[in-house]
Amino acid sequence: MNFRRKSCPNARALYNQNMSVLAVAEDVLRKYEPVIGLEVHVQLGTKTKIFCGCPVEFGAAPNTNVCPVCLGLPGALPVLSGQAVELAIGAAVALHCRVNPFSRFARKNYFYPDLPKGYQISQYDQPLAEHGYLAIFVDGAKKRIGVTRVHMEDDAGKSIHDGFKDSDRYSYVDLNRSGTPLIEIVSEPDMRNSDDAYAYATAMKQVMQYIGVSECDMEKGQLRCDANVSVRPRGTEKFGTKAEIKNLNSFRFLKMAVDYEIRRQVELIESGGRVEQETRLYNVETGQTVGMRSKEHAHDYRYFPEPDLVPLQVSEHWLHQVKSALPELPQDRRDRFVNEFGLRDYDAEVLTLTRAVGDYFEEAVKASGDGRATANWVVGDLMGLLKAAGKDIADSPVSAANLGELVALINKNELTGKLAKEILPKMFETGDSPRAIMEREGLKQISDTGALEAIIESVLAANPKQVEQYKSGKTAVLGFLVGQVMKASRGQANPGAVNELLRKRLG
Amino acid sequence: MKLTTEEVRYVADLANLRLTDEEVVRMSHDLGQILTYVEELSEINTEQVAPMAQVLYEADETATLREDRPREPLNNRQALENAAVSGAGYYKVPKVIER
Repeated sequence: MNFRRKSCPNARALYNQNMSVLAVAEDVLRKYEPVIGLEVHVQLGTKTKIFCGCPVEFGAAPNTNVCPVCLGLPGALPVLSGQAVELAIGAAVALHCRVNPFSRFARKNYFYPDLPKGYQISQYDQPLAEHGYLAIFVDGAKKRIGVTRVHMEDDAGKSIHDGFKDSDRYSYVDLNRSGTPLIEIVSEPDMRNSDDAYAYATAMKQVMQYIGVSECDMEKGQLRCDANVSVRPRGTEKFGTKAEIKNLNSFRFLKMAVDYEIRRQVELIESGGRVEQETRLYNVETGQTVGMRSKEHAHDYRYFPEPDLVPLQVSEHWLHQVKSALPELPQDRRDRFVNEFGLRDYDAEVLTLTRAVGDYFEEAVKASGDGRATANWVVGDLMGLLKAAGKDIADSPVSAANLGELVALINKNELTGKLAKEILPKMFETGDSPRAIMEREGLKQISDTGALEAIIESVLAANPKQVEQYKSGKTAVLGFLVGQVMKASRGQANPGAVNELLRKRLG
Repeated sequence: MKLTTEEVRYVADLANLRLTDEEVVRMSHDLGQILTYVEELSEINTEQVAPMAQVLYEADETATLREDRPREPLNNRQALENAAVSGAGYYKVPKVIER
């Protein structure tokens, strides 16, 4: 078994191939309703481990961030990190959970070499928080997915099963990750297809990143998903037998694995078989889920209260402190952007994808005073430039204040939209303000009637045919003439003024 | 309280212990005696008593929490000192195929 991430460039092709291997007709598939619940593990962004002061650090030399506590040496005692609790409370609040004033830790007993204590310290019958939800958007419709519980636990170490010359005889164990603080977020079985699951996982990541609970870097295993999947005949209430799919280290694989598993179960039932309750692994290379031949009673974890830790108490006061320190949640911010600035749903969505983008936008609006126009510039031109340069908005050479100023200059008729589009890439290149560039390049909107009239006269002289057409009633050519004037002015003419002057001039 | 040999085998299996038939019989007897001894506790009526896993409940909320300040970990040599087999900085264990 290998939990390490594998890249697979042909994942999509394999996916299609495997979907056709499972020859379930679409109309048969529609007779069944999938029921999906997710368990998401999120690494808490602390400097130290959950029960000891060892640094949490990705990519360190093996077995160098360890101590008697996380090595499970006899006599070592765990002490809970307050910061980990605070982050966990923040996550629970963001998921609209009720945080229990009293929760406690329990030992989950099982044997595996990367679990040196012989048990995981988790929470069982009294978790940190319960009864929350996460809102997701699928095909434009909002849906609430229930969150059953959020509990704290420690991570295991890492086993490496191949890559060493004696890997046929030995597994290698690195315990640096042992004791890394995690929260496990268990959803209700409220999802009905792989799109729901994908949206839920994505929204979860977004929320956790937003409130600074975790960076959620999946490459580093900071967010991991297991999916519980079952199917039932459409219209029935009773859940089918579920299979738990592990090893889902990207959202794309999550979606593919869920789709595969739904079809597998439907085919099994249709051919007279029965779904077994089991743990299955998603194989990235074949795109299939494969049952793990595990011991019958491997799930008897013999939970009991952790005697080395006191129960966790969260007072009203502490809860309130954490609550008031939380930033605005992405979905609240999105709604506010729509209501306050009149943004389109799509723009509001893009502008709240990360906290940095939202902050940038709000800062720019302060300078521009025009939410909608600013949104257009950020979502369109600026993001295009950032993408082309491979840059993040946090490193944008165009400051939010400068972008806001650019929008304000257009609104004050000092710049045409066309000129602004020429100036922005220059701002991006140099980091200069729009005014600095306008002055340097002599770019300025021409609204002065005398100067405009001179340009208009030369354009009319050069286009006698169109002037004739206009006068004979084909007023549609006005647009062409305005365009010619704009061109002659290198885009600097004020289009409104040109329009008006042309009309007057042509009578 | 009597403990069946099946129960002993099940618990032993969970604990990764291999017992001989003889040991299973002896364990069911010994463990049964321990359970009988502990059973005496159930004679006390605890209906009005809150469950307690340990005795430090009265501590302040944050008195038992640690600050998020890194401490010097063991170095690799120290970490592996007691390992039966090690190499390349890792603990080495007999090949594991499945969880």
